Amino acid sequence: MADIFGVPTSVLLGQLLLGLINGSFYALLSLGLAIIFGMLNVINFSHGAFYMLGGFTAWFMLSTLGFGYWTTLIAAPVAVGIVGAVVERLLLRRLYQMDHLYSLLLTFGIALMLEGLFRHIFGAAGKPYPVPSGLTGGINLGFMFLPVYRAWVIVVSLVICVLTWLAIERTKLGAYLRAATENPALVQAFGINVPLMLTLTYAFCVGLAGFAGALAAPLYQVSPGMGSSLIIVVFAVVVIGGMGSIGGAIFTALALGVIEGLTKTFYPAASSIAVFIVMVLVILIRPSGLFSREA
Amino acid sequence: MAEAALLNVVDLEAWYGESHILHGVSFNVRKGEVVTLIGRNGAGKTTTLRSLVGMVGKRTGSSVFKGVELLSIAPYKVARLGMGYVPEERGIFSKLNVIENLMFPPAWQSGGMEIDEIYSLFPNLESRDNTIGTRLSGGEQQMLAIARILRTGADFILLDEPTEGIAPVIIDEIGAALRVLKDRGMTIILVEQNLRFAASIADRHFVLDQGKVVDEISNNALDANMDRLNRYLGV
Repeated sequence: MADIFGVPTSVLLGQLLLGLINGSFYALLSLGLAIIFGMLNVINFSHGAFYMLGGFTAWFMLSTLGFGYWTTLIAAPVAVGIVGAVVERLLLRRLYQMDHLYSLLLTFGIALMLEGLFRHIFGAAGKPYPVPSGLTGGINLGFMFLPVYRAWVIVVSLVICVLTWLAIERTKLGAYLRAATENPALVQAFGINVPLMLTLTYAFCVGLAGFAGALAAPLYQVSPGMGSSLIIVVFAVVVIGGMGSIGGAIFTALALGVIEGLTKTFYPAASSIAVFIVMVLVILIRPSGLFSREA
Repeated sequence: MAEAALLNVVDLEAWYGESHILHGVSFNVRKGEVVTLIGRNGAGKTTTLRSLVGMVGKRTGSSVFKGVELLSIAPYKVARLGMGYVPEERGIFSKLNVIENLMFPPAWQSGGMEIDEIYSLFPNLESRDNTIGTRLSGGEQQMLAIARILRTGADFILLDEPTEGIAPVIIDEIGAALRVLKDRGMTIILVEQNLRFAASIADRHFVLDQGKVVDEISNNALDANMDRLNRYLGV
């Protein structure tokens, strides 16, 4: 088989695929983070913990409650979204008028508590999560072997990201949300229930994280630390894409997944810092992010 | 008073954070009337409007609109009673284009204007649909800010300095539009520094000073009371 810069094509494509999969999870998570930041002005440090909560909820529903994979994939994010709504209503809401740092500390604290709680109950080791029977096996593409589940992850993540983007950019509800980021008091003076909208926004975005967690479960096992290892990269993605830019977050997430994959192929030692090198470069050149509208 | 007031404000006090801005504002507005709030900068005119739509911190006192105590309902419910707010800074959304801005506020009551009627009232807005709202001139933004309220079916409009910083030609257009609205039976509270503009449309004037209504002058008596008024306004 042909080589590209001394790397076999199959290895390269394999890493690209892995990169795209990671990118899909980055996209689902950074999308939610970008929306929460844009609409609620909150830097949601508990996003990784909600991702983990999604994974565990899916695992619990599957192994203990006996739900099927598909039911779980819907029910787990809904459950996580409900937890998010409660957090927003009872805690986060009180901090909107205050400095960013307070909500950052609150959400960071929630993340630590959730992770600590799950580590205490379930231990640090991962829980196995079977690939659903309909999505096992793979397709031989000739140059490489594509596991069906991985293809499914990429497709469903992209579809959800695009639908979310459309809902925000092209619908009336999205227009309310966009306007509410600019002038919430005036949107309220037009008769729109902004507090409810903020609760639902937070619940939806956190639900997206839960969905990513449930989707990731068959790939990476479910463990209390699964969110915290991912969330730092996801924050870098949001910073690179531009805080609050939704399309930017999706594009950046996929691009960085691929860049990470390529680094793994050509210079494995740098793969875990590739994203941060990109972040440093972007901050130097365009401090407000690649896709931010202010710059 | 012959007719029951549509809006009755009694001893309204309001705060922004720690600063106490309104110290007991009382006035009333009857159906179909145009009243103005006039007074020096910082007298509390804008804050009075913002208090009605729930855009200040703490409020005490009472403001009853169509029989509903506005101080005890959630801010988003005020618009649903038919009160439309046109803020001083116009509040055109920079992330939305002209038509999105125009269609933005939900119509809570029937009887709102159709788009065609709005365009005949404000011809400048026609065929500007895809322009970003904040790229319009100041006068056009003001028209847009009024126009979007007319769509909602609001029958009670709060207008905060619609002529501020606007070219005289456009002021005339806005004045003409307001008279059309008055003829249609809309009730309007107008905050205005431009006394000539205010006098051309209003029925009564309430003078605010240091967070209180200190005087009421009917428009007919305006000329006779010019000296008194100038003393309040400090001109």
